[in-house]
Amino acid sequence: MESKGASILKNTLFYALILLFLVAILLPFVWQFLTSIKPLTEIAAIPAKWFPSEINVDFYKNVFTKHPFAKYLFNSFIVSLATTILSILIGASAAYALARLRFRGKTIMLMAILSISMFPTISTISPLYLILKNLNLLNTYAGLIIPYITFALPLSIWLLTNFFSQLPKGFEDAATIDGCSRAGIFFRIMLPLIKPATFSVALLVFINSWNEYIYALTFMTKDEMRTVPVGIALFPSNYELPWGDMAAASVVVTVPLILLVLIFQKNIISGLTSGGVKE
Amino acid sequence: MEGKVPTIPLKKTRRKMSKTSLEKKEARDAWIMMSPAIIILLLIAVYPIIRTFWISLHEMVLTDPSSGYPFIGFENYVKIFNDQRAMDSIVFTLKFTVVTVFFELLLGFGAAMLMNKAFKGRGFVRASILVPWAIPTTVSALMWKFIYNDQYGLFNDILTRLHVIDSYQAWLSSSSGSFMALVITDVWKTAPFIALLTLAGLQMIPKELYESAKIDGANKFQIFLNITLPLVKYTVIVALLFRTLDAFRVFELITVMTGGANGTESLSVYAYNNLMKFLDFGYGSAMSMLIFAVVFLISLIYMKALGNKLTDF
Repeated sequence: MESKGASILKNTLFYALILLFLVAILLPFVWQFLTSIKPLTEIAAIPAKWFPSEINVDFYKNVFTKHPFAKYLFNSFIVSLATTILSILIGASAAYALARLRFRGKTIMLMAILSISMFPTISTISPLYLILKNLNLLNTYAGLIIPYITFALPLSIWLLTNFFSQLPKGFEDAATIDGCSRAGIFFRIMLPLIKPATFSVALLVFINSWNEYIYALTFMTKDEMRTVPVGIALFPSNYELPWGDMAAASVVVTVPLILLVLIFQKNIISGLTSGGVKE
Repeated sequence: MEGKVPTIPLKKTRRKMSKTSLEKKEARDAWIMMSPAIIILLLIAVYPIIRTFWISLHEMVLTDPSSGYPFIGFENYVKIFNDQRAMDSIVFTLKFTVVTVFFELLLGFGAAMLMNKAFKGRGFVRASILVPWAIPTTVSALMWKFIYNDQYGLFNDILTRLHVIDSYQAWLSSSSGSFMALVITDVWKTAPFIALLTLAGLQMIPKELYESAKIDGANKFQIFLNITLPLVKYTVIVALLFRTLDAFRVFELITVMTGGANGTESLSVYAYNNLMKFLDFGYGSAMSMLIFAVVFLISLIYMKALGNKLTDF
């Protein structure tokens, strides 16, 4: 049996570790936020001045006036949303077939989809670039949404297949006996049943599309067509490193994501874990 | 009597026939439902990969169309192994992959074990570790680049206050400093991913197993070795698979933080430079096919370890 002293010590150690862990994760964000509201002179103070003497919002103004950051946000939003909707619409019917119907070659199909989801972006970029250029789709939303489907669709199919297969066996049999067609079963019974799971998958696909870099960098070369990750990475010019602007822009990008994560924590985690964990 | 004999097999055949036609219909429906996805993936994923391979067999420098882009077999692949810059990038990428995945596993698993206990504020901790995972890599790379700044970065400030270093260091100007900086940033961003997946795996282990082990007199180490580890193994392997593939393809972290300077050019970065900067599509495609082959190999190794756990529905 443990003595009382030992258990207090153990508890303290436990919370100390948790605290250390939290500080390691959150400190960069705190530092970035503090930097974004410092006056310019205090950003460059040596030794570092942690807390600003006054609050400066100029960097936030710069983000939206010196750079087309509002346009970046808009572009990212349009492309990510369209990618998500399309890949879920196309992916759900394929996932239903893979999870609930019997046919030969199912394992091969699953392996193929898993393999495609692992295709490195860099390995498809040269032909996609040539194709999009020939179709005059560079610097258009469609020209980014189409390549995004290459990773979003396999991911959607994979996750949705997992969710569909978790529904109890023989669920459709009653409906089949009642004379429901396959399409009827799919649209009226199965889709409503996995609605919450679909939302989890949508969140993951959306975040993945929102954060994509290589395709966006290559296929959107005009400044006003850039997405957030690329736009922010190109803030530094040859002449200056606008740390304040970059800090403010990071905060603008991060705050909505923090809110998203806080509100939809459960959905995101269930989406993440369904990809691999199975019981 | 006479009439009964044929009726039994007749019924059987009829039932069999209707079953097979039902099965046929089911299989047909399945292929119809999968066809949009199959067609799209063939067009925008499979075809481009084959085309990349085809381009890699040609001398194709876009700035020199007068060459007529001749077929040169595997010359571009041979070139990779005679190109010191390419070999350096391969060595760097492998080193980066092994080191980051090792620390991510160590810290991620540790954090998951910690969070597997019920404690006040667990929901908050779990939500906070999702944030580094959710932000774009370019944002985390910029954040950390500023932290490593040689004059007004947080890293120098804290280490000086703790008396770990005497004077400010230019971390991103040396090879070892850049490597460390990249590893820390990558681990910070992705160890939480391993932690979350592992935690989910840990929470699926039935409590009764632990209780009966305790009754049998097993100590904590034995319980960990014989119950926790085997049951969480597959979850961890899946998490490791995703992480290894991502680490091997590392791109934007490097372009934003170091631009590939000081021996930190990854294979993806060098391949991208060949493709989009030097417009050497032939050589760049050969390099990106090499990345594809290695990614495929890594997946195969992990799949082997997983058995049919992934595709068993």
